[in-house]
Amino acid sequence: MSAQPKIVMQAKGLVKRYGQVTALDGADFELRAGEILAVIGDNGAGKSSLIKCLSGATIPDEGEIQLDGQTIHFKSPIDARRSGIETVYQDLAVAPAMTIAENLFLGRELRRPGLAGMLGMIDKKKMLEESIARMNDLKVGIRSMLQAVETLSGGQRQCVAVARAAAFAQHVVIMDEPTAALGVKEGNMVLELIRRVRDKGLPVVLISHNMPHVFEVADRIHIARLGKRAAVVNPKFISMSDTVAVMTGAKAVDDLPPEALAH
Amino acid sequence: MNTKTSRLPPIATLGPFIALLLACTFFASQSDRFLSTQNFSLILQQVMVVGVIAIGQTLVILTAGIDLSCGMVMALGSIVMTKFAADYGLSAPVAILCGIAATALFGLINGLLVTRLKLPPFIVTLGTLNIAFAITQLYSKSQTITNIPDGMNWLGNTLRMGDTNIAYGAILMLALYVAVWFWLRETAQGRHVYAVGNSPEATRLTGINTDKVLLGVYVLAGVFYGIASMLTVARTGAGDPNGGTTENLDAITAVVLGGTSLFGGRGIILGTLVGALIVGVFRNGLTLIGVSSVYQILVTGVLVILAVATDQMSRKGAR
Repeated sequence: MSAQPKIVMQAKGLVKRYGQVTALDGADFELRAGEILAVIGDNGAGKSSLIKCLSGATIPDEGEIQLDGQTIHFKSPIDARRSGIETVYQDLAVAPAMTIAENLFLGRELRRPGLAGMLGMIDKKKMLEESIARMNDLKVGIRSMLQAVETLSGGQRQCVAVARAAAFAQHVVIMDEPTAALGVKEGNMVLELIRRVRDKGLPVVLISHNMPHVFEVADRIHIARLGKRAAVVNPKFISMSDTVAVMTGAKAVDDLPPEALAH
Repeated sequence: MNTKTSRLPPIATLGPFIALLLACTFFASQSDRFLSTQNFSLILQQVMVVGVIAIGQTLVILTAGIDLSCGMVMALGSIVMTKFAADYGLSAPVAILCGIAATALFGLINGLLVTRLKLPPFIVTLGTLNIAFAITQLYSKSQTITNIPDGMNWLGNTLRMGDTNIAYGAILMLALYVAVWFWLRETAQGRHVYAVGNSPEATRLTGINTDKVLLGVYVLAGVFYGIASMLTVARTGAGDPNGGTTENLDAITAVVLGGTSLFGGRGIILGTLVGALIVGVFRNGLTLIGVSSVYQILVTGVLVILAVATDQMSRKGAR
């Protein structure tokens, strides 16, 4: 085996308490270059708290997060975005009445050169060209970038959100249940896009309840349990039922065959 | 995927223009005096106050809010500017600026209550409507202020163009519409106003400070109400403590007739101008053919319901 790809993002001993409830109890996390890392876990396992810490939506009480070896302290999702981490949410991610091009550049509009740009004028033509280029790059087949997002199907809308994240992320794309609201065909369309994002070199953190989806695209699977990381498994060498058994605590990690674990 | 639907302007965009054309055709057939440049310039002069208030109202409604206080805040502004000029002898420009500052302050209060305390705009502005009305009455002692400097009347003067006289105020109103139309269309800030109304959560998640956008919109709306105060003072030559009552709902009517969605995020500012003109044309036309102004109110009511129904149905069609 060749050397492990380098670690892009890492968390050590994250603790997050909400009043009496300890959501994260010393959780670790590692994301390597060029992989899709699925994060799974039962409700209350600390999966969403972990993702919130990584995306800047909450601040951990204890522990350390590193990005490319540098310790970081996100105070808001905007901090995370500035560090090159983009998050795709299950829904609510796009403004329906606005065009695809506008949605791709929402909050990051390209300004016109010179004085017009300083006055806040946006460069619609350039944004349109860039939108077409980026969507072609990811092979998202949408005819016109001037369509309102509400004319698209749910899967296509999610593709717009994923494409936006991929276009602007420098380090990591986090996807929180991106296929949960979608039908089978639409879900597959988004999965295909997630693979393309990885193949372009961006590591992806995929949070999902959908085991077939996780097993279809993930390179490694991080199993969260009781506020900790129970194991990281290799989907090529572990069955779906064993994975679920570890997730629910029905099976101890030590009982797994050694090749099932990913390191 | 059908791309054709998005290219065709939805009925909500064309509807107001068609309604305005129909109204004009009707009144032209009923009265010889209706179709004259002189009469159109009169209509413009009559709608300039409502028209400018409606600009601010459109911005608020685009963010999925509503401002019920607009007319009363405008009245307060007109009292502040006339009383400051009459009582303290301030020059017209300074007094006008004080009035605009007062209306902007009300916008700021509305905006702060909506963004900081997360109160619904309907309730906030219902409250400030009453507060502005009470302050106007108390401060003016319910007296009309007439001894104002000449400079305050200037915008009511007319400019001769051929054989028509156009009020400077009407030109100012048209210029403001063009400026705001451009701002909403071509600048990042303008697009963010639409985005906030369209999907506040999605907008926030893209890193836009949605509270800042909302606060800016309410303050800007206040500034437009202040400009409307200036226009109403110029038009009537006095500060009227009982002003603003018809303008309040007329402005909302103009926005709705103009096709801006009350659900936020959809609408074109120039539609509001058309909406204000529809209200003005009906008022003017019905007067010309000698029909009681009560019918004008009746017709406006029917049109508002039609406009909102069209909005609702075109939204369903889009889903």
